[in-house]
Amino acid sequence: MEAFLHQVFSGLANGCIYGSVALALVMIYQATHHLNFAQGEMATFSTFIAWALIQRGWPYWAAFALTVGLSFAAGLLIQRIILRPIERAPVLTNVIVFIGLLVIFNSLAGWLFDHTVKAFPSPFPQNSILATRWFSAHEMGSFLVMMAVLALLYAFFRFTPVGLAMRAAALNPESARLVGIRVSWMLAMGWGLAAAIGAIAGMMVAPSVFLDPNMMAGILLYGFAAALLGGIDNPLAAVAGGLIVGVLENLLGAYVIGTELKLTVALVLIVGTLTLRPNGLFGKQVVTRV
Amino acid sequence: MAEAALLEVRDLDAFYGPTQVLHGVGFRLERGRITAILGANGAGKTTTLRAICRMVRASGSIRVDGQDVLGRSTEDVVRLGVAHVPDGRGTFGALSVEENLRLGAHVRHDKAAVAADLQRAYERFPRLAERRRQQAGTLSGGEQQMLAISRALMLRPKLLLLDEPSFGLAPKIVAEIFRILRTINEAEQVSMLLVEQNARLALDLAHDAYLLETGRVQLAGSSAALQADEAVRKAYLGI
Amino acid sequence: MNDLAARSALTPPRRRHGLGWWLAIAAVAVALVLLPFLVKNYRVFQFNLVLVYAIAVLGLNMLTGYNGQISLGHGAFYAIGGYAAAVLMERAGLPYGATLPVAALLCFVLGFLMGFPALRLGGHYLALATLALALAVPQLLKHKAIEGWTGGVQGIVLTKPEPPFTLRLFGQSLNADRWLYFVTLAVGALMFLLAWNLLRGRVGRALIAIRDHPIAAAAMGINLPLYKSLTFGVSAAFTGVAGALGAVVVAFVSPDSYGSFLSITILVGVVIGGLASIPGAIFGAIFIQYVPNLADEISKSAPWAIYGIFLIVFMYLMPGGVMGILRKAWARWRVGAAAAPPSPAAPQGEHRP
Repeated sequence: MEAFLHQVFSGLANGCIYGSVALALVMIYQATHHLNFAQGEMATFSTFIAWALIQRGWPYWAAFALTVGLSFAAGLLIQRIILRPIERAPVLTNVIVFIGLLVIFNSLAGWLFDHTVKAFPSPFPQNSILATRWFSAHEMGSFLVMMAVLALLYAFFRFTPVGLAMRAAALNPESARLVGIRVSWMLAMGWGLAAAIGAIAGMMVAPSVFLDPNMMAGILLYGFAAALLGGIDNPLAAVAGGLIVGVLENLLGAYVIGTELKLTVALVLIVGTLTLRPNGLFGKQVVTRV
Repeated sequence: MAEAALLEVRDLDAFYGPTQVLHGVGFRLERGRITAILGANGAGKTTTLRAICRMVRASGSIRVDGQDVLGRSTEDVVRLGVAHVPDGRGTFGALSVEENLRLGAHVRHDKAAVAADLQRAYERFPRLAERRRQQAGTLSGGEQQMLAISRALMLRPKLLLLDEPSFGLAPKIVAEIFRILRTINEAEQVSMLLVEQNARLALDLAHDAYLLETGRVQLAGSSAALQADEAVRKAYLGI
Repeated sequence: MNDLAARSALTPPRRRHGLGWWLAIAAVAVALVLLPFLVKNYRVFQFNLVLVYAIAVLGLNMLTGYNGQISLGHGAFYAIGGYAAAVLMERAGLPYGATLPVAALLCFVLGFLMGFPALRLGGHYLALATLALALAVPQLLKHKAIEGWTGGVQGIVLTKPEPPFTLRLFGQSLNADRWLYFVTLAVGALMFLLAWNLLRGRVGRALIAIRDHPIAAAAMGINLPLYKSLTFGVSAAFTGVAGALGAVVVAFVSPDSYGSFLSITILVGVVIGGLASIPGAIFGAIFIQYVPNLADEISKSAPWAIYGIFLIVFMYLMPGGVMGILRKAWARWRVGAAAAPPSPAAPQGEHRP
């Protein structure tokens, strides 16, 4: 029983990471109706930046803050410069550009920081007050960080004028323009936020899985699955989806199938669920008029 | 020398892709007046409003308060004081009534005045006050129209563009809305450009009117003049 | 309607091909036959890969380009085809020619079955499902239970078939690679012909209708589930055949050579070549074979970054792929030619503007 609970809680901790990646994906999807396949590699690259700063002696939280800021700026610039010209292009054109971004970031990370696996520090000391019977200090710490991020985002979108404008721009760009909202800047900010969230997720997961250019590949896939499981339109459901995927992964790996095939089986289960509920577990039934 | 009109449109051509929809359209809207654009389906009325808001490709000359509009984006035209109530209302269905209204004041920075305007909107349309936290998409057609108009007024616009406000609404609601439009025009001097298929309603409310047919201005004059015109009476007023 | 006709590759102008046309075809055929003897072995190997990829890209194009179902999992069918060939040749002793139909049939059935969940899932959901497939297959291939057949992580080494006769041209002999070139060329030509036959006319138009206006297509009596599943099956079969050929060309299969990146590469080939285009598959294959090498020459340290830049620039300059550009150029050339008075012998019947 103890082992079972441990798997569940550990799964929840991982699930937080998957949920944040899913959140970043959904945020971009809501605004642009595109899935950013490069999200994982961008997050990895950000984590490398943080690593490099820490190597040069920067204190953890200073490096964290600067990395988040730089990631926000980079996401914003990528949208403005690279993606805006193809906003109205067909889906597959955008998909190929995302793939291009993916390989560029992956390759640059390998080139600038080489391919050896690196340790990334956790800001939550092992024996601190955060450590409990069920969660390690880092697991609890990263859980709290992700919750804080979610709370901040919620407050931002709900209570600030810019947040309201961003929601409006995503819901109905034409009407948003008619009240004077600069929709393209809202899209760029959405990208910036998604990049920042990705960076935070990367920095939270790196201590456990170690840092190398391919760190986020599997995580992105889980994030993708979590976003779809939650119903691609729903940020909170995406986070919930992440938690479900995290727990599922651990339980499958421990009790059903062993670690090699757990990715496969998890994905098959998710696909099966989607076949039964094509709009995700929490998604709305979308009715299209003929 | 007459003062410059609030809205001056000259030689306006508008295009949807390669198709030309407006041909050399020209008209004026004087400050404080209500001007109607009439015509049948497909005459180009909505396109005219969309051209003013830079939502379609257009050439010619459009000036608001002397400032050229054609070189600007939609968001910048709004900042000139032009508020557009589009056909289909354009409300943000997933947001609350109050959020919709706040968005109307997006470009304004005078918080206290915005709060006062919000109060005024609720006083003018008590039904919106009752539903302020409700999702806008759950409102009835008439309430959504009230919301759309109120949102536009939150800009404190110089010029209010209205695209078929009567569309799909019961006559009683339409009468109420038009009555309120007249009040707003008289009490607050808001100039209005009204596009309507319902010629009778439009001519009752407006001071001046232009008749569009297949993208060209066929007739222009005061409402009274158009109401008396034989052709208009037969074709558009059903008299 | 204008737009659909203009975009469709399936209403070619009906004109009787004159002598010049056939002479050109003959010249190309002769060139293709002589080509492997004019270059070094390594180049022949690369040509073989291009031909193999072209068949794979053609397969995916049928599903994604013509029918609008996005698949990120065709690497799985390529892998299955490859392993089918390897197992049949090395474990069961079958001649390589016999492995092709088996690979085709096996992948057709799997693809057809894949078509059923695909019916419920659209767009991104389908992309995820097919990606899951692409990841699952290599992992399953590594699994201990079937290691006896599949060789586990080590994979299987294949013996390249020797040519059945000797020949020397331009000082080069007909070796295994050159023989494989002719085999893949012949199979490729057959597959392209098959695809062309399948896709022109009603079937092709039905697929495009399903892609662009599924509700209207269904309302007009097209059996959507059947067409979509069959398309999945046929598309998988093509890619499976490519995989079988590829296994022989490379003479090696292993689970790690069929990672998810392969699926993405095939999709890149489809988009670069041009959606809903048969000849586009060749351009797509050339891109995915040679551009990584080119990127490697430009930057040894970050070649994939260069590749990524190429991808992005391509999408800016040629959103319709290579065939998109060629079609536009062709159309413009025709407008110019049409301005001249037609010769009395030229038949009429022009469909395209």
